Amino acid sequence: MTANSSHGAPVGLRAGYALMFAVALLWPLVRPPAAHAAVFSPETFTLANGLQVVVIPNRRAPVVSHMVWYKVGAADEPAGQSGLAHLLEHLMFKGTPTVPDGAFSQQVARNGGEDNAFTSYDYTAYFQNIAKDRLGLVMELEADRMRNLTLSDAQVAGEINVVLEERHQRVDNNPAALLGERTSALLFLNSPYRRPVIGWEHEVRGLTRSQVLAFYRHWYQPGNAIVVVAGDVSVDEVRPLAERIYGVIPAAVAAERPLIDEPSPLTARRLRLEDPRVAQPAWSRHYLAPSARSGDGRQVAALEVLAAVLGDGATSRLYRSLVVDGGPAVSAAAMYDPTLRGPSRFTISASPRPDVALSTIEAAVEAVVRSARDGDLAAEDIERAKRRLIAEAVYARDSLSHGAQALGEALSVGLPIAYVEEWPQAIAAVSRDEVIAAARAVLDDAHAVTALLPASGREDGERDQAARTTGAVQ
Amino acid sequence: MSGLLRTLSLLIGLLFIGAGPAAAATDIQRIVSGGLEAWLVEDHATPVISLSLAFRGGAALDPPGKEGLAQLASSMLDEGAGDLDSQAFQRRLDDLAVELGFEVDRDAFYGHLRTLAENRDEAFSLLRLALSRPRFDAEPMERMRNQLQAGLRRAEEDPRTRAQRRLFAAVFPEHPYGRPVEGTHDSLAAVTADDLRGFAARHLSGDALVLGVVGDITAADVKALLDALARDLPVAGTRPAIADITAAVVPETVVTMPARQAAVVFAQPGLKRNDPDFIALTVVNQVLGGSGLTARLFEEVREKRGLAYGIYTTPLPFDHSALILGAAGTANERVGETVAVIRDEWRRLAREGLTETELADAKRYLTGSYPLRFTASGSIAEMLVAIQLERLGVDYISRRNSLIEAVTLADANRVATRLFDPDRLSVVIAGGL
Repeated sequence: MTANSSHGAPVGLRAGYALMFAVALLWPLVRPPAAHAAVFSPETFTLANGLQVVVIPNRRAPVVSHMVWYKVGAADEPAGQSGLAHLLEHLMFKGTPTVPDGAFSQQVARNGGEDNAFTSYDYTAYFQNIAKDRLGLVMELEADRMRNLTLSDAQVAGEINVVLEERHQRVDNNPAALLGERTSALLFLNSPYRRPVIGWEHEVRGLTRSQVLAFYRHWYQPGNAIVVVAGDVSVDEVRPLAERIYGVIPAAVAAERPLIDEPSPLTARRLRLEDPRVAQPAWSRHYLAPSARSGDGRQVAALEVLAAVLGDGATSRLYRSLVVDGGPAVSAAAMYDPTLRGPSRFTISASPRPDVALSTIEAAVEAVVRSARDGDLAAEDIERAKRRLIAEAVYARDSLSHGAQALGEALSVGLPIAYVEEWPQAIAAVSRDEVIAAARAVLDDAHAVTALLPASGREDGERDQAARTTGAVQ
Repeated sequence: MSGLLRTLSLLIGLLFIGAGPAAAATDIQRIVSGGLEAWLVEDHATPVISLSLAFRGGAALDPPGKEGLAQLASSMLDEGAGDLDSQAFQRRLDDLAVELGFEVDRDAFYGHLRTLAENRDEAFSLLRLALSRPRFDAEPMERMRNQLQAGLRRAEEDPRTRAQRRLFAAVFPEHPYGRPVEGTHDSLAAVTADDLRGFAARHLSGDALVLGVVGDITAADVKALLDALARDLPVAGTRPAIADITAAVVPETVVTMPARQAAVVFAQPGLKRNDPDFIALTVVNQVLGGSGLTARLFEEVREKRGLAYGIYTTPLPFDHSALILGAAGTANERVGETVAVIRDEWRRLAREGLTETELADAKRYLTGSYPLRFTASGSIAEMLVAIQLERLGVDYISRRNSLIEAVTLADANRVATRLFDPDRLSVVIAGGL
């Protein structure tokens, strides 16, 4: 189970394979920043067994969001076992000696709570949103399954079927998602980010109970976890609970995570997916880029501003050049997510109007990129983008979950709390010269990956008319 | 956005309404001025204001052959208004970091605004301009039409969207609810700028407007906004009457299309929001296919059989009809098994109803989780609007959990046995190739 039930849309999106895409979509809300004040003003302490606890007070409603972030994800899977971290996430709901299969979510629900989980490249996270007086209960449940998971072969086999249906729904039914998987595999030559979080189907089918348990025992331990509590609580209330409930878990040998970086990209690469289902074509280009972990902080902030200037919203450069005034595209955007341990990417994407070739889109994007590299970026546009980014930090404070999400994610990839809290100042300090320099350093068309999703050429509705009515499907 | 997304978000919104109590943070002030009314929840903890609004009357008002008119109108209000053309308007929003957007469903036309408190006056000015003086210039109109048509092409690739559209067309034959909110390629092509102007003049009127405001703002500021809106907007609009309809029951239908996984969408007639048994239906649905990871269908279809990643059901009331709607995705070769399990669970519910334990668990979940809806100003503002649209009363939030608590096993089982009927379940499957 896991996570992500059918309609947990935001969580479902975050889970899994669609990481780059999903994070980009959620990013404006998830990301930190605010003028010169701190953003979420969290407090933190670490238990003797190594478990870090972060508390983010938010008094709007008498509820808490309790999250456990494990510093392990799909990037940490052994070769040939793609999808293992995500399968484990599902299986974490399958029971312990004291909390049998299904009882975890049942107990949360009976107490008026919601629970779910999600997996990414660098982390796996579990959460419950619940009345604040039930915080101890959900801590007990999470502490229990941190070390006491039990699994049968039948449970693992059954859950593999569920994960395959998840994969079919999210990826195999969606040509753009299929192309996205292959694009990552081509962009990242060496980083494990080249494998989909949800796993390649043939490898998911072969995952075993012993592989799952070995992975679990190695990574799921207090020294490799972060507990984030956001809501109507203070650190003085959380600390004794955490010490009593999580503090008794024995410390274990620290798990080592290698940082695997990319060789320099010497070649341009292209891929093209021909799929008869495609009715709306799409074009995208992907540039290897530094992450906040792997790169220089000023350049990373400049890239965030660059993404906003080039491709965030109706006043962005790409939208104005490609979409407005009879331009060749129906949409155009740029995305960059620096919250990763390993290398990141800068992506530009656009969808053509019906009568426009993908090559026309490509030429139009390249012209915009060229002008950005040539320094043709208006100071006014850069300042507007910075203002919007900084405002998002204020908006993020308005919600219970965004602070927990932003801090959990940052800490899981090895960034400090200050990265989140000082993000607005970092954005405010970005200069026009730095944005242009970042464009020159990263937007290198000679070393990028270009992904083409052409239309199949069939007429809209053709197959719909072939639909038949039958009572025989049962 | 796709019809499915729209429907799901509507559903979720309704569940929330149906959900509960909560917090002193929801001290609602009714602000009435100039013939308009807004509900306000002041919260000065963060310098942010969220405003939601709705005009009664949505895509069901689209004239035949112009399906998608309301949707296109919703995409156009922030594409130029007053003296500001599209780019000037969007630049103004961006300069102020104001988020403004409009959307539509079958029964209403919605607006959402979020601003920093320091930009309140300018944000409200832009909102008023968008509502009262939209330009509907040719350039943005073609651009928005292209974008919506591209969205239709993408939706065409998605089995669940295809199945849901087919289902609505089948169970609401010859009725506006059966026509696609997003329109079709041809119907969008048929919409003119005059159609958009007519839409705004007839539908965006004060008599149809409800507002919810949450955040760092005072009653006096909200009153000033109402007074200004009262000056800007026509007092009354004109809307054709829409007939009530009971959803039809149709034979199982297959939309054959290439898909790795088939989408199964199913529905039967439901209860309107003002039905005395609606709250009991909410409780029953929670047991059958409600949110979370514990419902019967989730257990039977996913946990026991691994047939699907997700499955859910939800009450889906409209102004003029009602459904109980559900969906799942399942392997093409296992569609028959999945549909059989769904029908079996429908039959079991209709025959046996709920157990005491299931009733108690569902009530505890629904009441206990209600405060979770009150954690962001935007979601609270949307709730204030939804409660007004459904005319549930300004005290609804404080009453809601007691309404859930009051549902007895007899109530729940009356709904389960009288309403749920496997023979009235219409099923559409998209996939198979």
